[in-house]
Amino acid sequence: MSKIFKARHAMGPVVCGPALVANDGFSARYDLDRIKGIFSRPAHKLAGQSYVGKILVLDTAKGGVATAWMLHEMKSRGIVPLALVLNSVNPILAQGAALGDVAMLAGFDEDITSAVPNGADVEVNPAEGWVKVI
Amino acid sequence: MKLNDEEQDILAGKAGPVPQQALQHQIKVGDFFHAKDFVPVTQAHIMADTESLGEAGVQWLEALAATTEGQHRVRIPTITDPRGTDFAKAEWLGQTKGMVDLEQRAIVAFEKLGVAMTNTCINYQTIQPPTRNEHTAFGDTGVVIYANSVCGARSNFEGGPSALSAGLTGRTPRYGFHLPEQRRGTVRIQVDHTPTTLNGWGGLGGVIGRLAGNYWAVPVIEGIEGAPRSDQLKHFGASMASFGSIALFHLVGLTPEATKLSDVAASDLPVHRVTKADVEALQKSYHTDDTVDVVVFSAPQLSLYELGDLASLCEGRKFSVPMLAVTSPQVKPDSDRMGYTARIEAAGGSVLSGMCFYQSYAREISEARGWKRLATNSAKLVNILGGYGYRPMLASMEACVDAAVSGKMVRT
Repeated sequence: MSKIFKARHAMGPVVCGPALVANDGFSARYDLDRIKGIFSRPAHKLAGQSYVGKILVLDTAKGGVATAWMLHEMKSRGIVPLALVLNSVNPILAQGAALGDVAMLAGFDEDITSAVPNGADVEVNPAEGWVKVI
Repeated sequence: MKLNDEEQDILAGKAGPVPQQALQHQIKVGDFFHAKDFVPVTQAHIMADTESLGEAGVQWLEALAATTEGQHRVRIPTITDPRGTDFAKAEWLGQTKGMVDLEQRAIVAFEKLGVAMTNTCINYQTIQPPTRNEHTAFGDTGVVIYANSVCGARSNFEGGPSALSAGLTGRTPRYGFHLPEQRRGTVRIQVDHTPTTLNGWGGLGGVIGRLAGNYWAVPVIEGIEGAPRSDQLKHFGASMASFGSIALFHLVGLTPEATKLSDVAASDLPVHRVTKADVEALQKSYHTDDTVDVVVFSAPQLSLYELGDLASLCEGRKFSVPMLAVTSPQVKPDSDRMGYTARIEAAGGSVLSGMCFYQSYAREISEARGWKRLATNSAKLVNILGGYGYRPMLASMEACVDAAVSGKMVRT
């Protein structure tokens, strides 16, 4: 049976795909090799793993302001996550998702990184403000 | 969001397509954060190095800049964060013609939009610091946290597209740190020592940033003795913002909104203690090698005082590895006039202007120059560069200059 988690903040298109989950932060500049499409910061829990086409389920936004441009740039090359689903985001991630038209959800009643199993197929529906484990 | 008559006209395209597009972007962000309305802003500061923009971002800028219909220039003073290069040093850095050309195209587009190319991340030291309660739209996390905390101004982190939008519309969605209730302390920190070095201040900011954890946290800090200098709080805030995505802190008895604890926090807020040992442990965690390929002073750009200190340390020294000191286009001419640049270069160092190291294709510089093991006194820089393939290490300005001479970092 599918399980649905409601978010308080949402934007972007409806998408479905595999979840890549970790209780860690996210910053496009700090954490990613945007040429290879992998997490590159050695200390990141997803270090070495590809984020391309994945629905990233992470804890919170980290780092600086570059992500506001980088999601748009990554999308132009097709080296972009399908969606970002986080316990909390900062304005930069939201601004980046708005420019890049990337699906984003944030603000759940439970720790979303514990609730969604790594590798599960999930649907993200920003219009209705939820993520569903299929 | 509730729009006033002027905003409804902008949204309807009556001011032209450029402010219309800007307001549409701002409404998306404002709706996401449940902003009730817009707040007028007086200044905007745009982070827009071309490593972040890429070809797609520059094309997006050029499309905006090509518009001649209606209002197509910024409405309020709008300035820029560092560029992706120092054009005079691009070849030495190993940057390609493609990178330099992309940077030049971005500059042309910004100038058409009326943006002033200040290329600085220390505008609060060099251009115009905001005043208490002044609403601004600043990019660069170090700028925002200094403006909010030390100046008492009101800004969220505004990424490049949003800061430019604010410049074009003269407003920003009213959420986050524009709201008084968001500026209350959420985590109380008691420190047991007051750092004396810039790396020590950066290290303390890093520990507090990690502890506080996310953008919406506001650390209230007690135990700092004396009156910290602007450069010390610059490194403290920039590092806290980098490690924790923090946009506002209060130093009780020092920063303008926190004359006393009860001004900004409830007395029963749980207390976390941060010790000197915590800061030393953070610094040691980065010391994974003894050999140094390059020494970099950057992030944030150096003030005239920092360059003066560095010039004194360079006196009579001869570097065996490259040493870069990065400053703003406003400070560089003074550094030249005071003889600081010449003294640093006499030791074999380089003074760069208008860029910041991590915003300047750091990965490609590493590959072109063979720089991996990097010594710096910037805690912010060590936090960022791991993801770019570097093995950064954090030390005092004195120890970094010694390392530039010997090629070795002494363990402490």
